[in-house]
Amino acid sequence: MISAQADLRLDTTFVDYVFVALYFILALGIGVAARRSVNSSLDFLLSGRSLPAWVTGLAFISANLGAIELIGFTANGAQYGMATVHYYWIGAVPAMVFLGIVMMPFYYGSRARSVPEFLLKRFNSTTQRVNAVTFALAQVLIAGVNLFALGLVLEALLGWSLAIAIPVAALVVLSYTFLGGLSAAIYNEVLQFFVILALLIPLTVAGLARVGGWNGLVERVTAGPGGAEQLSAWPGTELTEIENPFLSVVGIVFGLGFVLSFGYWTTNFAEVQRCLSAKSMSAARRTPIIAAFPKALIPAVIVVPGIIAAILVPQIIDLKAGAGAEGVTYNNTLQLLMGEVLPNGVLGVALAGLLAAFMAGMAANVSSLNTVFTYDIWQDWLRPGRDDGYYLRVGRAVTIVGCLLAIATAFLAGSYQNIMDYIQALFSFFNAPLFAIFILGLFWKRMTGPAGWTGLVSGTVAAVTIDVLVRTDVLALSSQAGSFVGASAAFVVGIVVAVAVSAVTRPRPDAELVGLVWSLTSKEERSHSTTGDDAGWYRSPALLGGIVVVMTAGLYLLVP
Amino acid sequence: MTDHTTDEPRSAAASLFDLRTVIAVLFGAYGVILTLLGAFGTSAEDLAKAGGVHLNLWTGIGMLVVAALFVTWQRLRPTVTG
Repeated sequence: MISAQADLRLDTTFVDYVFVALYFILALGIGVAARRSVNSSLDFLLSGRSLPAWVTGLAFISANLGAIELIGFTANGAQYGMATVHYYWIGAVPAMVFLGIVMMPFYYGSRARSVPEFLLKRFNSTTQRVNAVTFALAQVLIAGVNLFALGLVLEALLGWSLAIAIPVAALVVLSYTFLGGLSAAIYNEVLQFFVILALLIPLTVAGLARVGGWNGLVERVTAGPGGAEQLSAWPGTELTEIENPFLSVVGIVFGLGFVLSFGYWTTNFAEVQRCLSAKSMSAARRTPIIAAFPKALIPAVIVVPGIIAAILVPQIIDLKAGAGAEGVTYNNTLQLLMGEVLPNGVLGVALAGLLAAFMAGMAANVSSLNTVFTYDIWQDWLRPGRDDGYYLRVGRAVTIVGCLLAIATAFLAGSYQNIMDYIQALFSFFNAPLFAIFILGLFWKRMTGPAGWTGLVSGTVAAVTIDVLVRTDVLALSSQAGSFVGASAAFVVGIVVAVAVSAVTRPRPDAELVGLVWSLTSKEERSHSTTGDDAGWYRSPALLGGIVVVMTAGLYLLVP
Repeated sequence: MTDHTTDEPRSAAASLFDLRTVIAVLFGAYGVILTLLGAFGTSAEDLAKAGGVHLNLWTGIGMLVVAALFVTWQRLRPTVTG
């Protein structure tokens, strides 16, 4: 008998490592080259607001395409089938378009350097601090999850122990973000985007060839344990674990499509930061919309391989039939499929892609952490009024500290069985209440400063309460349904408390809210220039947004 | 050149090396190795793994095409702001 662990080991050869080595050399090279361009804290933390839209757009998607995303969603594809596409379509595209068209004029137009700084301008310093501290905390935790995921992969594939793999991987990310700051992180993210595709596309092509093309896939999945339901997106009862089909659809549309997705995409600074580093308002507005195109198409090479693995890889077939071997979980889907269908050569590219995916996620966490810490916690709060060189040094120091903390939290994340659940729980704690006060503050000028932070805190408390109730089995919900309910509760409680507090506190004068509240901002101020590099109908955010929404709706028709 | 004006400290990020070159270099190198590997080193076992597709060869060719596209784009629009 071979042990389960040895079963997961990939059959790598020298040539595979050549690909991995080439990738690492270039990734570090970008850091060294980008160092020349860092003259100020704005260069280090916001790329000097100078990047073109295609770069920030691909970085936007790549910052989200981390190792957890790849491992988690191929796992979901194997377990739940086609319903996983909801995370990419209804759970992302509308929110990304909304961010570009409705919210970006306020973010970019206010010249805020971070999401917490926007909250300072719209509400007050307490709101800024509450958000900055919770965000910094969340980023360290999530960076830890990214690290842990990579550590698992390295352990399983190459036989490195977690204790070695986690610090080594952290060191690489640290090197290039320390040297080149956000520019290096973003440039690497764009490179990573292509390398990750170079992992996913051959994987899907080879997988499909093995199962007899699309028709073979449909035939075998229909005959399998999940049945034909695995090939359709709605009502997704297996995904939501809500038995009633109608409530399941409500859960997906409101819980995932509205609260979780808008909360994540429109207020998460790790994402918004990529837009703020764009060179113009037009480029900033196009950033999330350009990113929505690959986001809508990418399930074809993430979810589909997951489904293929469930009918091709013996260990996953067993798992699905309810007789999984010791040590094999759905989280092993991606690596098992890689070992099953990729010959040496492409396998090395795939390994480089996996490592790239991990670094993309963690670099996004670290680079947004140091911006928020440096500007919102250090400059605006604890140590104001120093010269710019001082804050540049602080930014670099925070990069190191952040990576060290991520190593510590990586081991903490190991105590959670399902990485996706852990991440979902975190999002519902932080993002849903933030979205609630954001949207209220944007459209209701009467909302006051104290209402900002009380809404934020009470929403988080509501989410944590639901989470505890679900974990202690007081509420009989699956963890998935629990995170939908938790996020919705956080949103509703946040709104209710903010409205109640606004009623008894004094609003800010209208003059201070120009450019921050919809009704007080003229159409001209919300518009962007349409000359020079921003000219041309194909650079219109509204048109691009419309195209991607229609395209996504069309994709749903393919897998009803 | 850049039309980016600001009263913030001088920014040199706009004059950063062109990312399109970096992508072209990586995919060019990957593409050459994979194409050669696919053309001369594909075993029957490799073919069976990928369901009869010459995966190394086709991925290699695909990467060379991507590298060529980025080089062409850069030749046509050689501005730093891309």
